[in-house]
Amino acid sequence: MIRDPNDLQRYTASERANHWVTGICFILLALSGLALFHPALFPLTMLFGGGVWTRILHPFVGVVMMLFFVVMFFRFQSLNRMTGTDWEWVKRAREMVNGDDHNMPIMGKYNGGQKLLFWFLGVAMVVLFASGIVIWRAYFSASFPIGVVRIGALLHAVFAALMIIAIIVHVYAAIWVRGTIRAMLYGTVTRAWAKQHHRAWYRQVTGK
Amino acid sequence: MALQSLDIAKRSATTTEPPQARKTLEVAKLIDVSKCIGCKACQVACMQWNDLRDEVGTCAGTYDNPRDMTDQSWTVMRYAEVETDRGLEWLIRKDGCMHCEDPGCLKACPAPGAIIKYTNGIVDFHQENCIGCGYCIAGCPFNVPRISKKDSKAYKCTLCSDRVAVGLEPACVKVCPTGCISFGSKADMQDLAEERVTELKERGFTNAGLYDPAGVGGTHVMYVLNHADQPTLYSGLPANPTIAPTVTLWKSIAKPLAMAGIAAAALGGLFHYVMKGPNEVSKEVEAEVEKELEAEK
Repeated sequence: MIRDPNDLQRYTASERANHWVTGICFILLALSGLALFHPALFPLTMLFGGGVWTRILHPFVGVVMMLFFVVMFFRFQSLNRMTGTDWEWVKRAREMVNGDDHNMPIMGKYNGGQKLLFWFLGVAMVVLFASGIVIWRAYFSASFPIGVVRIGALLHAVFAALMIIAIIVHVYAAIWVRGTIRAMLYGTVTRAWAKQHHRAWYRQVTGK
Repeated sequence: MALQSLDIAKRSATTTEPPQARKTLEVAKLIDVSKCIGCKACQVACMQWNDLRDEVGTCAGTYDNPRDMTDQSWTVMRYAEVETDRGLEWLIRKDGCMHCEDPGCLKACPAPGAIIKYTNGIVDFHQENCIGCGYCIAGCPFNVPRISKKDSKAYKCTLCSDRVAVGLEPACVKVCPTGCISFGSKADMQDLAEERVTELKERGFTNAGLYDPAGVGGTHVMYVLNHADQPTLYSGLPANPTIAPTVTLWKSIAKPLAMAGIAAAALGGLFHYVMKGPNEVSKEVEAEVEKELEAEK
């Protein structure tokens, strides 16, 4: 299904599917994790069949997310190396958030903020996976000293919260920058979108 | 189980006040280690009253049997052979839940009502609400809760809350042949301990004392130790037990901060959109692109 032959392909079908499996896992993990994190959110366990099912399912979903995240990570990591221009972008990000993007440096496929988010998510996934294994009582916790289990529980909570905040920013940025979500839904963006937000990438793919 | 439903002092994963109208007597069990002969009658009585039957284990060359607490063994005798200035001493301690005034298990528990502290001081696990996450194990400073391999629920000594509720002493107290275990109001048990400590001191145990650790707000199972200056001699009884700082950071600091942070991010996004508006592609750029495409044709 081609919407406009002039649109630019930003993501392949396989990249989109990879992203959405990871994203769905994240939503399930955030809801089930928050349910077990704060009493006010414990009713969210009902979405998973009750408290016991929430406890059983959460870590398995985590493993699935980690697998798909690793694939996505290696797909996109070469495009996410920070450059001097990216740091310049990050320094000026406040101007853009305030509604003025005229002075923003020209960006490639990803801007400095997207790249920082990418690396933060990489670190968070490693910490969450490792600490998640440590606090996975059914199979692994008994193999670790209690002090390590406690640190695991703390790190898991802290990084999960940071990651939820990071993903809220990620999703909001996609909503705020109009014309972005379609890139992850059907893979294309308009030329104007590309030229405005990722001009270096636009030049690269169009040769203009 | 959920007896004494009106007499609850604290309930796990619950942010509102428990029913507090009724006041009950604060109880305690006093275990006088200096009177213990290691007969294990308390272990047997615990199994019998609570209908528990642990797997038959193997002998590991000590009297410790079973070797550790399990979901079926809520109390075990621990035998330590220790050289002190009095020569070789056999220090026998009945291990089990200490029923802390400030229970780390309850602080860590994410399941509402899975852990209850009664106003009489007893800390009880309500398995019907337990989700089997094992956070209570991380919260406990005494390494007490055990998760069943069969049902993934956490179990531990109930201080016979069912017996105490109807005015009986715990099963282990009832059966102890040397009077090593006593049960009553916490104040009475403290008085009894004081008398016993004085006796022990007269008999040359100059460091005898009561183990009622302040780090967890005191406990509702207390020990009279003939070497109260070195609790760790008694098979690793912690000298200064407290809820681990990592658990406090996790439950008292990270929890509210994280919730505030997440709420701020979500609301921040909404209000940013409402106040600053969306980031649309500018008409200028759209026109430029149109021109470029025209030129191509």
